[in-house]
Amino acid sequence: MFDRNLRTMIDDVKGGLMDRRAFVKRMIAVGLTAPMANQILSLGGVAMAQSPNPYKPTKRGGGGPLKLLWWQGPTLLNPHFATGTKDQDASRIFYEPLASWDVDGHLNPILAAEIPSIQNGGLAADAKSVTWKIKPGVKWHDGQPFTADDLVFNWEYATDPATAAVSSGTYADMTVTKVDDLTVRITFEKPTPFWANAFVGAYGCIIPKHLFAEFKGGKSREAPNNLKPIGTGPYKFVEFKPGDLIRGEINPDYHMANRPSFDTIEMKGGGDAVSAARAVIQTGEYDFAWNIQVEDEVLLRLEKGGKGKTLYAVGGDIEFIAINFTDPNTEVDGERSSMKTKHPILSDPKVRQALALLVDRESIKKVIYGRAGRATANYLNGPEEFVSKNTKWEFSVEKASALLDEAGWKAGSDGIREKDGKKLKFLYQTSINGPRQKTQAIVKQACQKAGIDVELKSVVASVFFSSDVANPDTYAHFYADLEMFQIPMTQPDPALAMRRYHSRYVATKENKWQGSNFPRWVNKDYDAAVDAADIEIDPIKRADLYIKCNDLMWQDNVMIPVMHRLAVEACSNTLRPALSGWANQTDNLQDWYRET
Amino acid sequence: MSQYILRRLMIAIPSLLGISLVLFVVLALAPGDPFSELATNPNVPPGVQAALRAKFGLDDPIYLRYLHWLAAMVHGDWGFSFVSRIDVDTLILQRLPTTLYVIGSAQLLALSIAIPVGVYAATRPYSLFDQLANTFAFIGFSLPTFFTGILFILVFSVKLDWLPFVYTEVPGSGIPWVLEMIRQAIMPVMVLGLFQAASMTRFVRSAMLDVIRLDYVTTARAKGLGQTKVIVKHVMRNAMIPVVTLIALQMPAVFGGAIVTEQIFRIPGIGSLLISSILANDTPVVMAVTFVFACLVVLFNLIADVLYGWLDPRISFR
Amino acid sequence: MSFMAGLTLASPSAERRGYSPWREAWRRYRRHRPAVVSAVLLLLLIAAVVLGPFIWRVSASDIDVVAGMQGPSLAHPFGTDDLGQDILARMIYGGRISLAVGLAAMLVSVFVGTLIGALAGMSRGPLGYALMWLTDLFLSLPQLPLLLMLIYLFRDGLKAAFGPEGGIFILIVLVIGGLRWMPVARLVRAQFLSLREKEFVEAARALGASPTRQVIRHILPNALGPVIIAGTIDVAAAIIAESTLSFLGLGFPPDTPTWGRILYDAKDFLDIGPHWALFPGAAIFIAVVAINFIGDGLRDALDARKVI
Repeated sequence: MFDRNLRTMIDDVKGGLMDRRAFVKRMIAVGLTAPMANQILSLGGVAMAQSPNPYKPTKRGGGGPLKLLWWQGPTLLNPHFATGTKDQDASRIFYEPLASWDVDGHLNPILAAEIPSIQNGGLAADAKSVTWKIKPGVKWHDGQPFTADDLVFNWEYATDPATAAVSSGTYADMTVTKVDDLTVRITFEKPTPFWANAFVGAYGCIIPKHLFAEFKGGKSREAPNNLKPIGTGPYKFVEFKPGDLIRGEINPDYHMANRPSFDTIEMKGGGDAVSAARAVIQTGEYDFAWNIQVEDEVLLRLEKGGKGKTLYAVGGDIEFIAINFTDPNTEVDGERSSMKTKHPILSDPKVRQALALLVDRESIKKVIYGRAGRATANYLNGPEEFVSKNTKWEFSVEKASALLDEAGWKAGSDGIREKDGKKLKFLYQTSINGPRQKTQAIVKQACQKAGIDVELKSVVASVFFSSDVANPDTYAHFYADLEMFQIPMTQPDPALAMRRYHSRYVATKENKWQGSNFPRWVNKDYDAAVDAADIEIDPIKRADLYIKCNDLMWQDNVMIPVMHRLAVEACSNTLRPALSGWANQTDNLQDWYRET
Repeated sequence: MSQYILRRLMIAIPSLLGISLVLFVVLALAPGDPFSELATNPNVPPGVQAALRAKFGLDDPIYLRYLHWLAAMVHGDWGFSFVSRIDVDTLILQRLPTTLYVIGSAQLLALSIAIPVGVYAATRPYSLFDQLANTFAFIGFSLPTFFTGILFILVFSVKLDWLPFVYTEVPGSGIPWVLEMIRQAIMPVMVLGLFQAASMTRFVRSAMLDVIRLDYVTTARAKGLGQTKVIVKHVMRNAMIPVVTLIALQMPAVFGGAIVTEQIFRIPGIGSLLISSILANDTPVVMAVTFVFACLVVLFNLIADVLYGWLDPRISFR
Repeated sequence: MSFMAGLTLASPSAERRGYSPWREAWRRYRRHRPAVVSAVLLLLLIAAVVLGPFIWRVSASDIDVVAGMQGPSLAHPFGTDDLGQDILARMIYGGRISLAVGLAAMLVSVFVGTLIGALAGMSRGPLGYALMWLTDLFLSLPQLPLLLMLIYLFRDGLKAAFGPEGGIFILIVLVIGGLRWMPVARLVRAQFLSLREKEFVEAARALGASPTRQVIRHILPNALGPVIIAGTIDVAAAIIAESTLSFLGLGFPPDTPTWGRILYDAKDFLDIGPHWALFPGAAIFIAVVAINFIGDGLRDALDARKVI
């Protein structure tokens, strides 16, 4: 127990989640001397000179420009339409939620005057309502006051089905009412133990009522301010070129003391992850590059004598191979992978089990992820109390072959198995990205050894993850048998991550493929467990329910977890970003500063 | 001659109409038709969808849809980008200056290398200079721009730390701004320019060699004219025909952009706009960019023909 | 007649007995030493990729992560990539596709381009205008975007008909070849416009040579210079265009190790393992140089004026 905690803590220090001093303090608390604690840290591979992460600047501005490199260029600046994190991150520069998750996975008030608690009366004991008090005197960038009306409007806007907002799930099953100009009450239909969802984090960003009121519902996509955000954030909008560049300038009326530190902000889009890492670590052209999913070997090389470093943040991000439960090759009512079909091969649990045995996680970690990955059998990998101990993973071509034999798939003349004249063949898609193509190759080779023919497909990331309904190559359309990508966990709570695969959220043409259950998996036990967990107030029972959900996914092999991934960012040596494995990169942008 | 140009311009109008029709039909008939996909896209707002239906009359036969597109075009309506929610012309104009600047400079660089090197190499065939020029040319067009681009980045940005490799519009004005704009364009211009110079050098050299051993050149030399005068006055003028052809072929690309180079250096040009529009089925943008490109192709073909007549008066156009 | 006459004057050796223009061309070709060496080199390259798998029996796709990023050695003469795949085996496998795409696309573009350019250059009537319009049309379909669009649109249909690699191969050859003939056509036409007015053609015409004879015997051999250069560049361009498509995720499936693709995969490791990029880059270079010299030799062989 101590050993595991220690390891986690060392990782936390490495990832910047815990400052060095706090680590040493905790070690002293368990009886170690300070030098010994430092020793442990250096054994864990953390550089000795780790500075703590408080906000140092004593005045607003003066920090010069902040240059960010997002290799997927944001195309939209309305947080309610942002399906990809690129759009969320971009919106977050200008818009703010009531609170965001800080480095320790605690709530950090942004527009809220305080975090609701049972002590301050913000939380009801039955978990059926939350009362948020907002900071007085906050102004939109155009000078209009920010009030409770804006919050109520955001709830109305997101829940209007005609708006087709991505955030609609965040605001579902609740009523938001204005108590006074600076107070709102959220009343939940059912007890809601994870109450910090609406108005919190990436989807909780608040848009101004006075500019969007006319564009609610069907006209939502015509709003001029979709491209010209006017928010409450630390930076004011200057310029937006879709897919290319976002520029902002300091908000002199920002509502937090001494913040922000930078005078201007620039978010440049496009290009690829490797050159983004180069621009930050090797040449120092940029201060920060997002989501550097690059082979560890390349990063280690870049870091030698560079101007920057990589940062790792432990969260619950999971890279996985999803299995399509519907038939991607049959079109029903203008839609492939329709719920009216069953996958002709993958609906057999034995085939899915065999696939799970064919993912060589050890090699994948060795050549690809390195410091940024941990092999796992679980879909749910954090926070600690939600992690299942009942699962295990294995790589064995022999066992997979035996399973396929059992299922009636016999090797044909070309070495590919077949059954009833049907070849055992899968289309395996993912986004274009060095590590992913290599994972594909490693998995394909193991599959071939077991007599499975795998065709690989890769789609440009900006298309694969786009919110474009018209494009059939997105992950949500899932017009393939297998697909691989990563789902980030933006909150230190599994509610949202696990609710995704409830059968009512299946992605279909009808919901414009915005449903989150893209494997189109339907399991009554899972639905019941998720529903029960959603209203369970007892934290231990709740954790058990989510562990059960995870185990059901594992038993059914809905997802084959490839790697529990740490967030990897490239950061200049002088920049002090406030990152958290539980939030998007820009979620605490107001706290970023530069060490001088 | 002016009568000839006038006639060619008259022909250009129907020929452009024909080209636009073919482009339109290709887009409309291809499987996974981007038009219908966008029109049946439930996320396209009703206003835009109505405008699109009005513009393209999607329920009409293709010829009617084409006429609607043409009518809108004549009125200066270029359409509306579905991805970025901006008018297509705004989007193109946003990207045009960068494209003209970067790609145009690359073309100029290519010409200013290829012509002197090609001419000089041809006057001394199989000399050391010629061999070197040829080897560099072979390397130049054997290596793709994505490779040379990264090589340049490694050398000039990483090792030497001389140049930035992320192209971005810097705010500001005055001399420092101009210098910065030049600095960040150096690498993409070099990568693209050298790539094109490589093949062009080979063409110039070959064209010169074709002419240089003709009888009249020998005659001119025999008359006692100096080498430079022979080369410039007698050889180059006649060798220019393939070169003019090539330049005319290259010029429209100054507008069309260079997709790979733009992606490596993150240049927000027409090429990257076009590629993202194609991938996102943003057909109004694709159609608009392609059509402007077609106009430039036809225009420069005409210019080339006029130049042929000037270079070689025996070429008669009737 | 005039062709022979000119030749006789220029080249005394042509007076030998048993003279035929083709034998003469072969003789001239053999005199061009780099061209002969290049022809041998190209044949060797083709033999290597065709027969290679029978000699070098290492699998192109076997992954051995322990042996990743090794430089050239006896076990792996070209070294390994980061997954420990043998680069030599991959280049042999991919070379077949790369060379086939390069040569096939070049032949398509040179043949179509010369044909259309010659017809447009000789015609003084509506045919010339029509062919020029066709050239303009194909030119204004901007190449890479159209290629991307066609592959994007037709990929699934062709894949169903010919399998993932066969379908993409047909598409890539037809599209790259079919989209690169226009410069050849324009160059040939421009040459023809100028050459058809030259004295030696007029002489041939006066002597009663038919237009076909004028073209084949007199004009075409003199117009071949730019065509051969364009053909060579097309080989490189086709190999590169194929890898550019991979760059954008639209070419062959990501695990097909074409030369361009290997080069593309190696680019991020340029500072760690230069050998990985060196070999495919060199292979493309050698193929291009060889084809270029073969082209030069051909031109010298067919060019009656050149004295060898």
